[in-house]
Amino acid sequence: MKGKNGQGAELDRRKFWADPVMVTTIVVLIAFLTLFILYPLAILLVDSFITDEGITLDVFKRVLAMTNFRRAITNTLKVGFLVGIASALIGLLFAYVEVYVKLQTKMMGGLFRVVSMLPVVSPPFVLSLSMIMLFGKAGIVTRYILHIYDNSVYGFWGIAIVQTLTFFPVCYMMLRGLLKNIDPSLEEAARDMGASRLRVFLTVTLPLILPGLGNAFLVTFIESIADFANPMIIGGSFDTLATTIYLQITGAYDKEGASAMAVALLFITLVMFIVQKYYLEAKSTATLSGKASRARMLITDKSVTRPLSFLCSLLAIFVILMYICVPFGALFKTWGYDFHLTTKWFVQVFKRYKGFKAFKDSFVLSLIASPITALLSMIISYLVVKKTFKAKGFIEAVSMLAMAVPGTVLGIGYIRGFSAGVFRTGFLQGLYGTGAILVIVFIVRSLPTGTRSGISALRQIDKSIEESAYDMGAGSFHVFMTVTLPLIKDSFLSGLVTAFVRSITAISAIILLVTPQFLLITVQINEFAEKGAYGIACAFATILIVITYGSVLLMDLIIKRFGTSKAIQEQ
Amino acid sequence: MSKEKKGIKLEHISKIYRDPKTKQDFYAVHDANLTIEPGSFVTLLGPSGCGKTTTLRMIAGFESPDEGEIYLGGEAINALTPNKRDTAMVFQSYALLPHYNIFDNVAYGLKLRKLGKEEIKEKVTAILKLVGLEGMEARMTNQLSGGQQQRVALARALVLEPGVLLFDEPLSNLDAKLRVSMRTEIRRIQQEAGITAVYVTHDQSEAMAISDRIIIMEKGVVSQTGSPQEIYYHPTNEFVADFIGEANFLRGKAVSVSGGKAELEIEGSRIEVSQEGITEGRDCTLVLRPEAALIADKGQLPCKVILSCFMGSYQNYHVMVGDTLVKITDFNPKNKKIYNVGDTAFVAFDVENTHIL
Ligand SMILES: Nc1ncnc2c1ncn2[C@@H]1O[C@H](COP(=O)(O)OP(=O)(O)O)[C@@H](O)[C@H]1O
Ligand SMILES: [Mg+2]
Repeated sequence: MKGKNGQGAELDRRKFWADPVMVTTIVVLIAFLTLFILYPLAILLVDSFITDEGITLDVFKRVLAMTNFRRAITNTLKVGFLVGIASALIGLLFAYVEVYVKLQTKMMGGLFRVVSMLPVVSPPFVLSLSMIMLFGKAGIVTRYILHIYDNSVYGFWGIAIVQTLTFFPVCYMMLRGLLKNIDPSLEEAARDMGASRLRVFLTVTLPLILPGLGNAFLVTFIESIADFANPMIIGGSFDTLATTIYLQITGAYDKEGASAMAVALLFITLVMFIVQKYYLEAKSTATLSGKASRARMLITDKSVTRPLSFLCSLLAIFVILMYICVPFGALFKTWGYDFHLTTKWFVQVFKRYKGFKAFKDSFVLSLIASPITALLSMIISYLVVKKTFKAKGFIEAVSMLAMAVPGTVLGIGYIRGFSAGVFRTGFLQGLYGTGAILVIVFIVRSLPTGTRSGISALRQIDKSIEESAYDMGAGSFHVFMTVTLPLIKDSFLSGLVTAFVRSITAISAIILLVTPQFLLITVQINEFAEKGAYGIACAFATILIVITYGSVLLMDLIIKRFGTSKAIQEQ
Repeated sequence: MSKEKKGIKLEHISKIYRDPKTKQDFYAVHDANLTIEPGSFVTLLGPSGCGKTTTLRMIAGFESPDEGEIYLGGEAINALTPNKRDTAMVFQSYALLPHYNIFDNVAYGLKLRKLGKEEIKEKVTAILKLVGLEGMEARMTNQLSGGQQQRVALARALVLEPGVLLFDEPLSNLDAKLRVSMRTEIRRIQQEAGITAVYVTHDQSEAMAISDRIIIMEKGVVSQTGSPQEIYYHPTNEFVADFIGEANFLRGKAVSVSGGKAELEIEGSRIEVSQEGITEGRDCTLVLRPEAALIADKGQLPCKVILSCFMGSYQNYHVMVGDTLVKITDFNPKNKKIYNVGDTAFVAFDVENTHIL
């Protein structure tokens, strides 16, 4: 019996090659993924393992001998652990309250919605800015309310708090999905047998979502150690791997050393990612058998609802206050000293600091990148879900791999990989320093999120719908354009906006690659925050928040107006 | 209507799949040889999992045969992709394009064939009339009932005037009553359009009602091919006899054979049958349809009644002939003698209405 290598496989191959558009697409895709994801990472390995004397560990030995690198590793891991645990727990609190507790007021529901939306619209370092402005030396809370004049928010605790507040909404969303899938009768059975609410939570609910909690922890852990912007602004002398690598290349011009450090960072995130993706993610949903059979009796017991709601509201309001603090930072004359309202920072942004150019550059580059990203991720999802061909595994793996690559690592990879052309041959050297390479970085950074959403959207579509179009005579490309894409329009549109928001708020890889020719908002914010010019930084950040928030609102409108209607999705 | 009705030929067609659990390769379809005449309505019939859909999808081009060659109108089509084959399929789930209205669903394939606007409109209107959906052009697919969606799926395939029309259990999502009326409808439209049709179902009454020829499949293998009558009256094996209608199997032995006649010994009684190709001393099975047998005071096989049940249009009996259970449906029982449980009687039948395996 020749199943795998028989005539059928041969015929499938011939049918595959009979479709030139698809073959071309796949070839281009493979070339893109190889050149812009695999190759830059490979070159880092080459850089750190191969010197003039051949394959050695010399570079690693040298790097490991640096105390600042060793300290950075422990720093990063310490922050990662704390932030991972704290975010998972706060996320669990929010998720539990939303799913299990009867909320007393409408306002609470609103707070929860805002919190769940924040990670989508928030530029990465906004919380760091407001942290400094609220609790720093000139912080309103520390200086004016508590009269502490020498408080330092810089360092371990600053980073940990800011990152926790930034990342816990993601955990909240993940855990909310899991909790909703728990069958209420499991818990009610335990209650009936006389167990207290706490006991039920500890013996029934918690064990069920433990893998999910682990998953949330790891996802946050990876985010935390890959984060560049917050440690940069609020880290002070407390360096993490991402900032150390940045300083190694921009300060010490040690390219090999930076490469080796990047390899170390990549190694950590990759291991975590593989554990998360292939072990915990599957396990976290395995114990929960699909949809809950019926609605849950919400907890109304005041002794439970009061403290839990209070805690959630407090946290939510605190986070929201921190965001509100940013525009005010741009409106006060001198933060911490003179609270007269002024437009001078905004004026300065545009008059003195080429604000308009910065917005134009950021805007245009992101605007170019986002449709390409959205389309690419839909194409990848289509190929992964609907087609079978040899290179499919490669395409899927590499686009997911990009999710595990910290921006800083990618940035170093691009510097090493393209500054002298591909493999230092000068090939494609023209790319380096242009807007094109920034656009490519934007694409690569947003591709995994888009692909993931595209894949889950496509899995919902009955495969015979596309087959029927194919059967009526349409080629793959026509099927994709007239059937697939319209059916996952919502996913495409939200991918478009997500890519745009992610691009315009990106900094970690970009800051390493941007040339003076381009002014990017995020880079400006970072620069002014570094210098302590918080008014300017806040003014830049405010406008950025307005842009991102506006884009998300626009997306909602567009999806409501032009998106696939509910009825179609339910079919 | 069809440009050209085409015949289909499957020569030694096999499809091998790998069982995802055991990781073992197995034949989903094994050495299928079929000839489907142009313009005929042929049904692939068999229990779930026997390889009907796989066979149909190989004809459509979604699957590639691991062995053998498929011919469509004399042309070998193994290497053609589905969009290049002159076939059109009606899917089990209808697979209508949910973002298009009825008109655009039906026009989808025509637009690909670069027809003019007017011509498309003409054809779509005509075909919608044929399937009884005039005036519904502007509706979206989710505004249609299941039966109407089915008609759109049919219209969409028919309008392309394909050489062959393929159906994969098109009625399985409809309620029982609609199923019966839709199958008559499909048959009418197929005959009116004069198109070759290959139809997959696991419902034997549907197959009987609709087909010119039935192909019975069992575990990936073609078990018997023939007209509904041939299959019903002359099943070539027990699987077919049992799958099509109900059947009693009476085991016996051919004790003497002369000319076209043979004498069988069944449970101690002797029965003379006339069927060619029986050799003396061979073990035989007499296939007796429940409606071909009667219960009477005189007959071929003595029996004991163990169940007697009035069903309205017939009396349902279960009797024991020796150790063999025989089911009898005695139609129109109003003026007949009714036997009760425990009675002894005879099973009576016309040997012409039986079949020997
Ligand atoms: N893509 C596939 N991979 C593995 N096994 C399959 C695949 N498609 C069908 N099968 C198996 O092949 C057999 C025949 O399937 P199918 O043709 O769908 O049966 P039917 O339509 O007669 O119910 C079944 O055992 C089914 O599980
Ligand atoms: Mg089937």
